[in-house]
Amino acid sequence: MVCYRGVLKGDLLDVRISSSGMNSPSAQFVSSRRMSVYDPIHQINMWGEGFKSNGNLSASLPLIDEADLKFDSSQSEDASHGILGTSHKYDQEANRPIDKIQRRLAQNREAARKSRLRKKAYVQQLESSRLKLMQLEQELERTRQQGMYMGGGLDSNNMCFAGPVNSGITAFEMEYGHWVDEQNRQISEMRNALNAHIGDIELRILVEGMMNHYAEIYRMKSAAAKADVFYVMSGMWKTTAERFFLWIGGFRPSELLKILGPMIEPLTEQQRLDIDNLGQSCQQAEDALSQGMDKLRQTLADSVAAGQFIEGTYIPQMASAMEKLDALVSFVNQADHLRQETLQQMSRILTIRQSARCLLALGEYFQRLRALSSLWSNRPREPA
Amino acid sequence: MNQESVMHYQVDPWNYYMMRVRRRRMEEEDEMERVMRIVSESAVVIFSSSSCCMCHAMKSLFCGMGVNTMVHELDQDSKGKQMEKTLMRLLATNSTTLPVVFIGGKLVGSMDTLLAFHVNGSLVPLLKQAGALWL
Repeated sequence: MVCYRGVLKGDLLDVRISSSGMNSPSAQFVSSRRMSVYDPIHQINMWGEGFKSNGNLSASLPLIDEADLKFDSSQSEDASHGILGTSHKYDQEANRPIDKIQRRLAQNREAARKSRLRKKAYVQQLESSRLKLMQLEQELERTRQQGMYMGGGLDSNNMCFAGPVNSGITAFEMEYGHWVDEQNRQISEMRNALNAHIGDIELRILVEGMMNHYAEIYRMKSAAAKADVFYVMSGMWKTTAERFFLWIGGFRPSELLKILGPMIEPLTEQQRLDIDNLGQSCQQAEDALSQGMDKLRQTLADSVAAGQFIEGTYIPQMASAMEKLDALVSFVNQADHLRQETLQQMSRILTIRQSARCLLALGEYFQRLRALSSLWSNRPREPA
Repeated sequence: MNQESVMHYQVDPWNYYMMRVRRRRMEEEDEMERVMRIVSESAVVIFSSSSCCMCHAMKSLFCGMGVNTMVHELDQDSKGKQMEKTLMRLLATNSTTLPVVFIGGKLVGSMDTLLAFHVNGSLVPLLKQAGALWL
């Protein structure tokens, strides 16, 4: 009696064969290719019946090829023994129905061939799926890195962007990538134009182009602030060096004026006076907004703290805390408004050529900050 | 009596409606007059709310420039809500607008207008003209 136990693996059946004595002249191998439910006990009974009817090998049952049994290498030894043993017996005994046997063998070969093809197809499908999975994982990693490290190359100091995916922020990050590319292009164009000493009229076009480009980023930031104000406040899309100088989600206008001042010399006396006044106004406006922010932090902290101790009023406190966060959006907008007004006032005070040099210096300054961030994060680190 | 008033309503619906409109218009004019009266009393008048942080920023700005301001906290005024509505109408906006500042009795606007004026250098002359700032 030969017992069969099988385990369904995908489309193919892995048949475990254990012989416990070889009384019978024939062994039946059953392959249940498309069966979704495999009942080992049932199979054994069937074969037992087939056995009793004088080894009547049903031609409709496809026979398993040696190659298929090798699919599971742990049983291949047993299987091949079984098959070899059996086919040997076939040749010796059944001389009379030679055609029948030949036909059966042919069918066997055919089934085996088909089975091999099916197995090949299945394995190929597995391989391509595995490849696709690897590609998807790589892409996911890349986009995650881009989301965290936008504009600055690999920077392991960035904080992880926790929480559900915010479509407004994802859109902003993509747009920011394009914005930086366009910014770099405009900077190169301006540099070449100034070196080539082009006329004032053409220079004005470039200057206005750069000014409009800055207006664009402030529009984008305003929309992003509505999506996630904390993201904008923390300057998450910027590189580490840029974030070091962060003030309410961007650069501090008065600081920038101090940096750019020496680069736009020579200035007339009136210009010098106007620039000084501008610097003073910026400083005063920044101080005012900073004081407003301090008050906001204080009231927000009070709102959050009050909720913990007084039972029953926790939820209303959270509502007032949420209101404070709306105020945060207005501060981000005012800060951006101040930056934009400062740039525009600069362009009013300066001549076209001076404005062009000023905008070029501004753009290059931020390029260098980004480069610094990149250099810093890629510096060779000493082993711990 | 009941029937009379009912009849009155049924007979003069248009007049009834116009009466209500007129009353509301008068109230609005009163409010506007009240605002105008308040803003003419000082060189710089800020309509604010004690809990609003942007209002605090505006007060700090004038303070930092050495300008004395009269602050009207609308959340502590019994007619604060109506005044806020009047201001919204003046600024032609539907969203809450505080803080709002008047200089020399004339409307300047919200924080962004004020910052724009300060950055482009027109705030200081305006303050001097209103007598809020001396050299």
